Amino acid sequence: MSFLAIDHMSKYFPSHAGNGTVCIFEDVTVKISKGEFVTVIGHSGCGKSTLLNIIAGLETPTEGGAILNGQEVTGPGLDRMVVFQNFALMPWMTVFENIALAVRSAYPTWSSQEIKAHVQKYITLVGLQGAETKKPTALSGGMKQRVGLARAFSIEPKVLLLDEPFAQIDALTRGVIQEELVQMWNATRNTVFMVTHDVDEAILLSDRIMLMTNGPSARIAEIVNVTIPRPRSRETIIEDEHYYKIRNHIIHFLVRHASHQHTDESGDDAQRSGPLEINFRDQAANTYEPAVSH
Amino acid sequence: MVGEGWGEGENYSTHECMQIGITMGSKQTQHPFFISLFFLGIFLLAWHVATINPPFDPTGKTDEELMVMEFNGDIMQTDDGQYVWNPEKEKVKGVPGPMTVMEKAWVELNEAFVIKGTNDHGIAFLVGYTVSRFAVGFLVASGVAILVGIILGLNQMLFRALNPFIQILKPISPLAWMPLLLYTVKDPKWTAILVVFMAAVWPTLATTAFGVNTLRKEYLQVAAILQLSWFKRLYKVILPGAAPTIVNGLRISFGSALVAVVPAEMLLGELGVGYLSWIEWNNLDIAGVIFAILVVGTVGVILDSGFNKLAGLVTYQE
Repeated sequence: MSFLAIDHMSKYFPSHAGNGTVCIFEDVTVKISKGEFVTVIGHSGCGKSTLLNIIAGLETPTEGGAILNGQEVTGPGLDRMVVFQNFALMPWMTVFENIALAVRSAYPTWSSQEIKAHVQKYITLVGLQGAETKKPTALSGGMKQRVGLARAFSIEPKVLLLDEPFAQIDALTRGVIQEELVQMWNATRNTVFMVTHDVDEAILLSDRIMLMTNGPSARIAEIVNVTIPRPRSRETIIEDEHYYKIRNHIIHFLVRHASHQHTDESGDDAQRSGPLEINFRDQAANTYEPAVSH
Repeated sequence: MVGEGWGEGENYSTHECMQIGITMGSKQTQHPFFISLFFLGIFLLAWHVATINPPFDPTGKTDEELMVMEFNGDIMQTDDGQYVWNPEKEKVKGVPGPMTVMEKAWVELNEAFVIKGTNDHGIAFLVGYTVSRFAVGFLVASGVAILVGIILGLNQMLFRALNPFIQILKPISPLAWMPLLLYTVKDPKWTAILVVFMAAVWPTLATTAFGVNTLRKEYLQVAAILQLSWFKRLYKVILPGAAPTIVNGLRISFGSALVAVVPAEMLLGELGVGYLSWIEWNNLDIAGVIFAILVVGTVGVILDSGFNKLAGLVTYQE
């Protein structure tokens, strides 16, 4: 049984034009195992952040739903912590207070000593010792998101939801924090659901990458299994023979779906039979043609 | 050798430049004060010159005209037969000069803590009455406005339902309420406080509702994920998050309450700095009126700086 399941989920918004509704995405079904790192890639506006918000319980689906550990998601909770694109740190609290607010909520019975030690542990984990008493304004984007990650990991949620977590961080820092995230994930083996635009980031971090078509009526067209062994690092991952095959496949997909005029060559049949599962095997030829299985 | 010498010269000139820079810098920090002093001096001088009354010159006036003037009390005859301006009438003729106002201020400040009669309290008492009247009205209004503002800010439907009433009530001059308030509460003391309340309640109410309503939704989402209780959500997230906007509203309320308290005292005859201004006018003591104006300004500056200190404690940078 899957740990986290998105079951035939659709989301409609009222259209700007007036009476009608606009379908953001439809009939999304995904099964995620415990400890799995799954990423959704798609163009802006395809509804991937909405999907993440629904899992977080911050928005409600129009049809279908999300099931975590056998229970339907009906609202936000401490078992699903979001790492926000714009960090969402309280600017009036220090780094320590921001994390402590989360820890105190997750472990209400703890003494202040225990909370302090726990917060300190996670501040150390993201390398922010010495910045405990700083306000978020005094931190760089990278440091802010380290606080965001520390806050998310500190409450030890069942599922971590990363909403384009590194989109607002400069490219050089981004790589460093991605690798830190790899290490944190290796240590905790949390179940992670991430939404991103960044193909390299997705390959570095994920077990599976779901490719979403453009909205409206977006759907998950393909699921790419990242067949690159762990542990991974940015340096070694590019040496792997599958790396560029996977990368090129995803980029081809995204470019194909960049224009809205695009007619889906996979046709309606593929839509009904669910997403294609893409595996790159060792001798899967020297072409970029993926081995396809249903 | 030449190169070295030139280099040294350059070093020297840089050093000199730095020194000049430093002195210029320190001069610049002193400049505004001296400029202020300069303008004050010009203003006082102009005031003094404009209000100088030249000694009475009887040339060109017939004896009959002089007799009429003396009869009217404009001039009087000294022992040696010369005509001079009547000093009693001088007091209420024209605008008093800065020296006269300073003399008046000196007298008033020396009697600051003296109570001469029921309605003749020293200036320190008057300032105290005004400040406490202002403080009660402003604080109660702020408390009510922030509370209601938060409720409206969190409930979009309620906000839109009540907004038309707020829009109608907001532009009404707080003094317009006075007759009705006086009629209903039947007590000028409370009426004055309620006028301050009416002046202070609307800006804070409107900006608090706006600040809470436009609070970044991520903060509330974090609060929701962390399952914070209603109360914790309020004082850990909503209040501090909206604090900069609320403080802006409080600042506007503060100003309008300060503006309202003076005429309220004038109209109600309640002891205070506004009352001082009015009673001096009734005494036809124009120097006293000017002194009262200066006191009102000073009280405003003191209250405002205190407010700014408080505001600095709760605001944050995004």
